[in-house]
Parts: sequence; C-alpha cells; structure tokens
Amino acid sequence: MLFTGILFVTTGMAQKYFTKDGKISFYSDTPMEKIEANNTKAVSVYDVSTGQLEFAALIKAFQFEKALMQEHFNENYLESNTYPKATFKGKVTEPGAVDFGKDGKYQVQVAGELTIHGVTKQVSTPATFQVTNGHISGSASFNIEVEEYGIKIPSIVREKIAKEVKIDVQSDYLPMQEKS
Amino acid sequence: MNWRNWILLLALVPVQYHLRAQDADLLSLLDDQEVTEYATAAFKTNRVINLHSLESTAGGVLDFKINHRFGFINGGAYEFFGLDNAMMRLGFDYGITDRLTAGIGRSSFQKAFDGFLKYKILRQSSGKKVMPVTLAMVAAGSLNSVKWADPTRENYFSSRLFYTYQLIVGRKFSDRLSLQLSPTVVHRNLVATRAEKNDVLALGAAGRVKLTNRLAINAEYIYVLPNQLGPDYHNSLSLGIDIETGGHVFQLHFTNSTSMIEKGFITETVGQWQKGGIHFGFNVSRVFTIVSPSRHKE
Repeated sequence: MLFTGILFVTTGMAQKYFTKDGKISFYSDTPMEKIEANNTKAVSVYDVSTGQLEFAALIKAFQFEKALMQEHFNENYLESNTYPKATFKGKVTEPGAVDFGKDGKYQVQVAGELTIHGVTKQVSTPATFQVTNGHISGSASFNIEVEEYGIKIPSIVREKIAKEVKIDVQSDYLPMQEKS
Repeated sequence: MNWRNWILLLALVPVQYHLRAQDADLLSLLDDQEVTEYATAAFKTNRVINLHSLESTAGGVLDFKINHRFGFINGGAYEFFGLDNAMMRLGFDYGITDRLTAGIGRSSFQKAFDGFLKYKILRQSSGKKVMPVTLAMVAAGSLNSVKWADPTRENYFSSRLFYTYQLIVGRKFSDRLSLQLSPTVVHRNLVATRAEKNDVLALGAAGRVKLTNRLAINAEYIYVLPNQLGPDYHNSLSLGIDIETGGHVFQLHFTNSTSMIEKGFITETVGQWQKGGIHFGFNVSRVFTIVSPSRHKE
C-alpha cells in the first residue's frame, strides 16, 4: 500500500509543457468582409502523462486590423468585461502516441470543453504535434458556430460576419520546471 | 486508532493528493502574469454630443463627421418645427496615435473653420497598473470667416480668432455608466461689449448610460461661471442617444446650442429650453482605417 502511494506520486511529477505566447487566430470570411484577429498571448499547459491540455486566452488581447472591429468585438459580441477569457480544457485522446524525445510529426485527436462568452461546448479536433530537435510545437484548426456560444449578430451586419468562424491554434511548448 | 490504521492513512494521503492534482487547473501551474487592462469605449465616439468625450480616435483611423442642427423647435409649424433650416459642420478627425488626435472642420454657422489637437495624458486602467481616471486635454482654435459687419471701421484679422483649452477628466464606472468633467477656458480676441469677458471660464459635465450594446443615452451640461457673458447667452444643455450600426455611430439629440464648436456652444448659446429654444440635431460618425495597427501583423 505504501509503495503504491509513492508510485502514484512519481507519475504525477512527470513532464509538463507550457507556453505563454501561444497564437490563436480566427477568421470570419463572407463575400462582404473578411475579418481576421490574432492573439499571441495565449497560455497553455500540456501534461504528457495524462494527455491533459488546457488553453486560456484573454479576449481583449485579440488584435484586429480595424480598431472599431476590435471595439465591437469586445463591447458587443464577446462582452469581454463580463467574460474576459476564453478557455479550453481537454485531453489528447492518445497521448502515448507522441514521443517528445523523437523528431517527427504526430497526428492526434484533441477533445474537450471550449468556453467562450461564458458558454461551454464540447469540441473535438485533429491536432498535430511537431517535434524538431527537441523543439515542440502544437497546432490545430477547427470551426465553431458563433451562435452556439450565445453571441448574437444583429441582422444589419449579418452579411459581414460568418456564422461559422475558423480558429487556428499554434503554440511552441517549453518544458515546465516542476515546483517542489 | 492503532498503529496499523495510521500507516494505512499515511499511505492513502499521497494517492488522494494525486487524484486531486489531476482534477486541478493545469493553467494554475503557470505564474499568473498580471497585465494592465485599459478601459475602452467609455463613450461610443470621441464626442458626447457637442463636447469632446474622453475617448480619442484610434491611431491610424480617420473619423468623418457630419453634424446637423436644425432650426429652433419654437419656430412652430411655419418653420416645420425647425426642420426648414439646418446648420451643419463637416469634420475630419484623425488618430495620429492612439493617444493623439487632430481634427479639422468647417461649420456653416458663422462660416467657421476650426481645428483641434487632443491628447490623452492618462488612461484609466486596472490590473498591473491602476489608474482610476482618464485625463485628456484639448486645444482648439477657430476662425469666423463671415464678412465684417461694418467694413468701414478698422477690422483686424485677429478679431476672427477664438481659442479653447480644455481638460477632460472622466471615468468609465461600469459597462453602463461613464461620467466626465471638462474645465474649459475660451479665449475671444474680440467681444461685443465691455461687460463681456475675453477669457471665459466654464465647467462641462457629461455622461452616458448604455442601454444595450448598440444604444446609449448621453447628456451634457456646460456651466459658464457667472458675470462673463452678456444677458442673452445661456448655459448649454444637450440630451441625446447614440445608435451604433457597424461602422457608423448616429447621435440624435436635442440641444439649445446652435454652434457645434467649443467657442460657439460654450459662449454663444442663445436658445432657452424652457422657451422651446431647442434644436433637433444629429452627428454621424463614420470611421475609415487608413493605417492598420502594426500590432495586428506579426
């Protein structure tokens, strides 16, 4: 019994990876208007042993081409004063398939809960881990339906904002120093 | 409890700790870097109604203003309650940076040209850097280009010039409520009578209440300190709504001021609310992005 306890603790100490400058972009593409925004300050932690993967991004850190779009995004659509962050909490479904010690491109599936605008939805997307000379980066691309997250688009701008927006995630992970 | 139970308990503690750690927020392992968050959009545009709001035009953005004031409502049915007449001001405001705005305009009233510079000295923020208020300053000048009333007397060009210096201190108290105060001095090179002051001190107060994401109520009042203006001039009071649609902000309002530039609405307001000396009017603001912020592209 005593031994099992020690063993559990040891696995719990296994390697975690993190980033504080993950890039999240989204694209809304309609014949009337193309909208693109980038956030380069997303934080993420990946726990190799459990496959747990988490992301958080400040809504106000999304940068737009047009200042007014950015203001509307925060004020009218995402209501960032009330819902300052978007988060993802999920798992890489087959963490064992990725060997961070070996260069290569690993296709995985990520599934979990995405919270935007205070609304949580299940999402699942293929993702890629790329290991090059011990340098680890992860990327994924998926679509979400804006309305599912309780974001209302008034009819007057209906033609300019896509119902489905594409989200690209790209982050370079660093090994985390475990706190003792 | 005997010694055996104690050992069992000790053995279990790490397991339970482990289970809990797995459920916990992974992100909490990262040191939370606190960021400075600046308050944004205290007002929908850089004007409350006539007064400058504490907001600036964003850097690289051109804001085209089309402002109208119809005639006085007390003109009655014959004047179609003022709608038969209109004064207008066309203006361009440009954000040189996020904090520095320059603007020019032309008003039909008094055929006035005007220009201003506006700088945000302090920005309301929370988080790492806490600043309770936004502080801005405006320096504006205008030129009355109407032909001299009496060309036979000696007229000086400088008599056409007016200057306004204004501080704006305000705060976005909540998503709904923003308030500001604007201590102002208007300098007039030429005044009509000896009793009128060349330098007029005034205090503007303004606020907005946001009703929905796209609709807000605005109000502003400018108190001119006593014994500076002639008896025909009154304090400016304006009430209105802001409607935002995509790239436009429509401001519809009622005001007793005819002029849409500082020296006019602060020192030359002749309308009286209680006597129906009220203009219906609107400001339309349309923004164009001239230079995309570099931060957008990496």
